[in-house]
Amino acid sequence: MNAQNVDAPSAYFLAEVSNEIETHTLSLLVDNEPGVLARVIGLFSGRGYNIDSLTVSETEHEKHLSRITIVTTGTPMIIEQIRHQLDRLVPVHRVTDLTVRARRANQDKPLERELALIKVAGDGDKRLEALRLGDAFRATVIDATTDHFVFEITGRTSKIEQFIAIMKPLGLVEVSRTGVAAVQRGPEGL
Amino acid sequence: MTREMTGAEMVIQALKDQGVDTIFGYPGGAVLPIYDEIIQQEGLEHILVRHEQGAGHAAEGYARSTGKPGIALVTSGPGATNMVTALTDAMLDSIPLVCISGQVPTHLIGNDAFQECDTVGITRPCTKHNWLVRDVDDLPRVLHEAFYVATSGRPGPVVVDIPKDVQFATGTYQGPTPNPAAAHKSYRPQVKGDAASIRKAAEMMAAAKRPVLYTGGGVINSGPQACQLLRELVQLTGFPITSTLMGLGAYPASGENWLGMLGMHGTYEANMAMHDCDLMVCIGARFDDRITGRTDAFSPNSRKIHIDIDPSSINKTINVDLPIIGDVGHVLEDLVRIWRSSSLKSGDAATKSWQAQIDAWRARNSLAYKPNQDIIMPQYAIQRLYELTKHRKTYISTEVGQHQMWAAQFYGFEEPNRWLTSGGLGTMGYGLPAAIGAQAAHRDALCIDIAGDASILMNIQEMSTAVQFGLPVKVFILNNQYMGMVRQWQQLLHGNRLSHSYTDSLPDFVKLADAYGGVGLRVDKPGDLDGAIEEMIAVDKPVLFDCRVANLANCFPMIPSGKAHNEMLLPDEANDEAVAKAISAEGKSLV
Repeated sequence: MNAQNVDAPSAYFLAEVSNEIETHTLSLLVDNEPGVLARVIGLFSGRGYNIDSLTVSETEHEKHLSRITIVTTGTPMIIEQIRHQLDRLVPVHRVTDLTVRARRANQDKPLERELALIKVAGDGDKRLEALRLGDAFRATVIDATTDHFVFEITGRTSKIEQFIAIMKPLGLVEVSRTGVAAVQRGPEGL
Repeated sequence: MTREMTGAEMVIQALKDQGVDTIFGYPGGAVLPIYDEIIQQEGLEHILVRHEQGAGHAAEGYARSTGKPGIALVTSGPGATNMVTALTDAMLDSIPLVCISGQVPTHLIGNDAFQECDTVGITRPCTKHNWLVRDVDDLPRVLHEAFYVATSGRPGPVVVDIPKDVQFATGTYQGPTPNPAAAHKSYRPQVKGDAASIRKAAEMMAAAKRPVLYTGGGVINSGPQACQLLRELVQLTGFPITSTLMGLGAYPASGENWLGMLGMHGTYEANMAMHDCDLMVCIGARFDDRITGRTDAFSPNSRKIHIDIDPSSINKTINVDLPIIGDVGHVLEDLVRIWRSSSLKSGDAATKSWQAQIDAWRARNSLAYKPNQDIIMPQYAIQRLYELTKHRKTYISTEVGQHQMWAAQFYGFEEPNRWLTSGGLGTMGYGLPAAIGAQAAHRDALCIDIAGDASILMNIQEMSTAVQFGLPVKVFILNNQYMGMVRQWQQLLHGNRLSHSYTDSLPDFVKLADAYGGVGLRVDKPGDLDGAIEEMIAVDKPVLFDCRVANLANCFPMIPSGKAHNEMLLPDEANDEAVAKAISAEGKSLV
């Protein structure tokens, strides 16, 4: 609810009220203090909003500010509501809907990446095929024995989904993913 | 001011520096150091309640009747959990409340210690913000910040949880910062509205043919100045005005343009005006489901202006055409100034026919009820109470149910901050402690809790508080022996099967009052009512007034669940069959 983060009134005009479900990426700058993540998550569960992905880490150490990236789904009205509800939280400095920002700049999407660690076990042809595909996806092998590989892969969510799907028949053991980190394109910051 | 002192001393000092004169609380192990400071000081009166929920509602009553934040002090564990209802109540009605809770010492946190609970975890969703203070040097800053957060922007409750070792520890106290809004690193609500939008609003208002002002608790929260400006705006524009339950008193009930309350139990003229208007100006209200009824049929042909300090209220349930983010008082000041300086006028001819239409709706007399010579009708009881108290400085609180709606319909509020009721949460048991809070703030005033026989029993123990502290609150019980609103809904929705809505073996309220050291009065004949009310007012003690009323009276008019504003159930049409068929299958699942 910070004055500097309230859009010009026109932003509230929902000229075409759409009930389509959309996926948006929100970026929050928050005080890195105990309970702040619980406040954000509690707001989503308490009000029945969706979280598809959530990433958090302190990004400005001297100011103790963390950046939270949330991918959420809902109608435009719900997503607008989520943005304002988040902005109402006292330790939240800023909420930006990166998807809306990208649209306004005539871009398809904000820059979004996630990292995954993927463990694949097997031998013979399957092992060779896994290594070959890892190469094709520009995944890096960060751990290996004669029985397994651990790949590190970075990219858009869709690329990671695809890589995991391909690894399934080749001996996929487990996956750990960071969730989406995002910034808007161009020279401007939040 | 900088001084070395203990955490417990800091609490008292910070309260005093914030201008607090009264706190409501209940001691316990984890707040003993603070209580030890309370007894050694003067200037801060502590009112000992009988249950922590009572402390919370009393603080709310204090806050609503003064416009200042209410303060509650409770211990850890059950003390804190008993506060949850009051905090949630204050959250939903935007009431500034500062609750200070004790906590087990820091080294025991997380150990399932005696009377330990995760207070900040439990109260996170029912407060505007909360803090657990682990270091005594953070305490003064947090206490002052708590007042800032509770009272600025859209007001609300906050909790400061203080472990016992922090209360004993010594640190450096610092007084409040002169400009907390500028100093706060992240919370700076917008108070001034966008000038261009306000100008646009004025133009839309001048062009309107069928305008209506829909006002709410935001006007009261903004302060007496905002209420004055609202009255000025009505005078200037001649627009008809209605209000939510929370906003009663901002515009006087005796005012020419007053339509009465709107919503589920609002007047026919208010709801029809909302439905048929071409311009709705929502000022400090939030399109609550009790107001809108069916949202897809809500005021279908109007353009809507929404003035609110909370951006998340905009387009939450109803899409509006022109939002103005800001404090109601600031925005109204600009709006009135622009209206004056541009010599804007509302369209006379058109508004005259609108006025004629409204008068026709008003003539429908939607609050009518059948008078009775032998039995006291509940509406009649409120009317008599109003007539006999309106010339005094009177504060009315209520519990929740039929009596609350009848009070809202039949008691005329002329001033803001005189009406204390639990709107959003609908908390039975709110009224008696709230009246105590109001009485503590206004010792010379007449503070009346209009109650039901079921609600009053939810916090009846606070009679003991009222007696101990010489707070002569009057509890005016509309006793019909039913949970009247539950019974009414069972009649509407469940084939009149009255499952557990009848209270057998109610206490003898007269004897009960006597047992607490108060005064009990009982009336069951309409003819005796006035005399008994006069007697109640004259008694300088807490009174339980057992007003025996018609048992099965229903509260009308009513917008049945799932229906639109123009589908009201009016009292003269509400025969048993109409009542039984009023709510459709879809509406039944709504609350």
